[in-house]
Amino acid sequence: MSADLLGWWGVPLAVLAGAIRVSTPFLFVSLGECITEKSGRINLGLEGTLVMGAMSGYAVSYLTGSPWLGVLAAGCAGAVFGILHALICSLPRVNDIAVGIALMLFGIGLAFFLGKPFIQPQAPNLPSIPFGSWSDNAQVQDSLRINALFLIGVVLAPALLWCFRNTRWGLILRTVGDSADAARALGYAVNRVRLFATAGGGFLAGIGGSFLSLSYPGSWSEGLSSGQGITAVALVIFARWNPMLCFWASLLFGGAAALGPALQSVGITQGYYLFNAAPYLLTLLIMILTCSRDRTLAGAPGELGVTR
Amino acid sequence: MVMFVPDPAAPPASGALSLEALGMSKQFGALRALDDVTLKVEAGSFHALLGENGAGKSTLVKCIMGYYTPDTGQVMVGNHEQPIDSPRMAHTLGLGMVYQHFTLVPDMTVAENLVLARTDLPAMIDWKKEHVDLESFFVTMPFRVPLDRKVAALSAGEKQKTEILKQLYLKRRFLILDEPTSVLTPGEADEVLGLLRDMTRRNELTVLTITHKFREVFAFADSVTVLRRGRFAGSGKVTELTADDMAKMMMGDQKLPDPAPRMDYMGSGSPREETRLAIQSLQVADDAGQPAVKSVSLRVRAGEILGIAGVSGNGQRELVEAIAGQRDIAGGAIVLHGEAFDASRAAMKRHKLSCLPEEPLRNACVATMSVAENLAFRRFDEPPFAAGGWWLKPAAFREAAKQVIARYRVKTPGPDAAIGQLSGGNVQRAVLGREIGGDVNVLVAANPCFGLDFAAVADIHGQIMAARNRGAAVLLVSEDLDELFELSDRIAVMFSGRIVFEDAIGNADLTVIGRHMAGH
Repeated sequence: MSADLLGWWGVPLAVLAGAIRVSTPFLFVSLGECITEKSGRINLGLEGTLVMGAMSGYAVSYLTGSPWLGVLAAGCAGAVFGILHALICSLPRVNDIAVGIALMLFGIGLAFFLGKPFIQPQAPNLPSIPFGSWSDNAQVQDSLRINALFLIGVVLAPALLWCFRNTRWGLILRTVGDSADAARALGYAVNRVRLFATAGGGFLAGIGGSFLSLSYPGSWSEGLSSGQGITAVALVIFARWNPMLCFWASLLFGGAAALGPALQSVGITQGYYLFNAAPYLLTLLIMILTCSRDRTLAGAPGELGVTR
Repeated sequence: MVMFVPDPAAPPASGALSLEALGMSKQFGALRALDDVTLKVEAGSFHALLGENGAGKSTLVKCIMGYYTPDTGQVMVGNHEQPIDSPRMAHTLGLGMVYQHFTLVPDMTVAENLVLARTDLPAMIDWKKEHVDLESFFVTMPFRVPLDRKVAALSAGEKQKTEILKQLYLKRRFLILDEPTSVLTPGEADEVLGLLRDMTRRNELTVLTITHKFREVFAFADSVTVLRRGRFAGSGKVTELTADDMAKMMMGDQKLPDPAPRMDYMGSGSPREETRLAIQSLQVADDAGQPAVKSVSLRVRAGEILGIAGVSGNGQRELVEAIAGQRDIAGGAIVLHGEAFDASRAAMKRHKLSCLPEEPLRNACVATMSVAENLAFRRFDEPPFAAGGWWLKPAAFREAAKQVIARYRVKTPGPDAAIGQLSGGNVQRAVLGREIGGDVNVLVAANPCFGLDFAAVADIHGQIMAARNRGAAVLLVSEDLDELFELSDRIAVMFSGRIVFEDAIGNADLTVIGRHMAGH
């Protein structure tokens, strides 16, 4: 096979391809969570939103025959979950973290319940764009087949960063997230801004979920998500609430997750499960290295907190 | 805001506004915070609003700004009755306010904060154009702040200047200031208030400022209104009033306790030559990991008070937290009675170290625990509070607490009430009772009277002086120069993490200290 000709070069190529594939849900969920957290709320329910998005995207794609309608439906399902989170949290003395955990369990349960009929049938998948058609090597072609959602994410990350700095809603969002007192003194309705931010965050997380069911692995099952939603929340902290850093962090995590399979493809099977644990080890390592007892996190929105 | 039908009664579109608040009342639960208060401020005047803490000054101005809705009363802006139901509404009328706590967004730059406050914030912001506009605005101002610096990185004084510049940038015509100079050096205060006074003279602005500093009232204000316990207590032109008149209006008939006499410890002529607290080349980092205390060395002897002056944010908080054991030290040493101090509970007990930290509810109490429990924190596991070091006796807690409550006049529903329910002054008195009720060798106090009324301040000053007279070495960190001059035996100035000045109180004078506070 021509793939063998690449030999060891196959490993970085496979890691790159895997990084892009695996990172896409991380990217969307973390960008969504970035918006939500910038408004001063943590939505831990994004794991549930992700699974709900995966299910509803797959179902709509199957029923209508259009994967893009599926993506839209997934986003809308996510937005509904975001709105639910925001509405509950705007009641007095409600803690956003507890609500998030409840919604995570609710979302997963509801998705499994509603998704039962869609486990067997095959829905149309999202298209990929073949950037590797110049090569006659099948492995190169395969690796450079890049899914359309990833490309949208590539544009979305810098666009968000730009919006945070240069638009009215960006400034208002950051004001609400950093100092609710200042926002009130300026006359902005804090809870309403957070409602939009959480809904928008949910929308993106839902789209991240639709990637799982409509692109890679590309079908709906109950074991589809392996904690991407929760990992993405940690990613946002690691990325210091910066959308561009979210992008790079997602790629890094994707690459780490692709390491095991890539090594296996060239015949290294020893420690396969250890390599599969790489993203989680990486999370722990990064958290330990970047956190300190004496310092508060630079860049953290001032309104984020456990005690509310 | 374009008016197509000109309203004959409408105020002119620019220039200073007059404002009247008539018959304002506001009830918070059982507390009548404002009771039929009337305030009249002429256009182009500099008006001071005086009163003790809890007199209702902040409530009154927040009602004017639409932050609170008054129960009764009305506001006239430019002789025109004007219901104001939100700060936004007040802003469109040309009213602005600098609040006592900062309303800047810490994670944004100064430029972002200024532009953000505009009512006509465009959907997309052209930063090049905004910067040009801001620069041309700054040219007309006598002082400036770095535009591209994040607010979190500014000193408290720079933040306050930014707040005031923000209001001027927004072209306010009536500006309310709530104790604007508490974080400024005397020189900076003169600079800021001078600018505002000049603007009132040119009839561009009317200023209403809440203050308790008579010096500023006499130097800048045209007229005053005084509130006492939520009621109007008097008003007049500054030229026709004396400081005594105003103090009498503020306090009514209540008598201040006599200032505690300064007595020499052990009867000897000067403080005993025994260093109780020595700080040697101490270095402490702030929350961001940056050095906040830079190689500070101090000595406090038995029976003396060393006052530390300085504008807040110059490392005083970190210094006090390091001594109290709340913050790790990065270098140097704290030495008590000649022994290196490790901030352990045992060492605090051995050296009889007491602390009156600022924000006592946060730094010295557990808000949800009872007064009795909070009062026993230092000794809860020794007899008579505990048997065998682990079996606690609630009755003993309560008994001891009753004594402290009576002796230090802590107003509380009882020893079992959660300490978080008490007012600030009573929390302060409870902590004072715990910390200096017993034997004290070393006392560290940080802004012990912040936010308290005259009577409480005099009371706490008396207690601190009494501790000194009994031989305690007292380190008093304060932003209130009057307090430092009243209590200290020696005074030092802290600026940018260093001690930049130190002298006996008899040799020190206000202008020299003010200069050092500003870093000159």
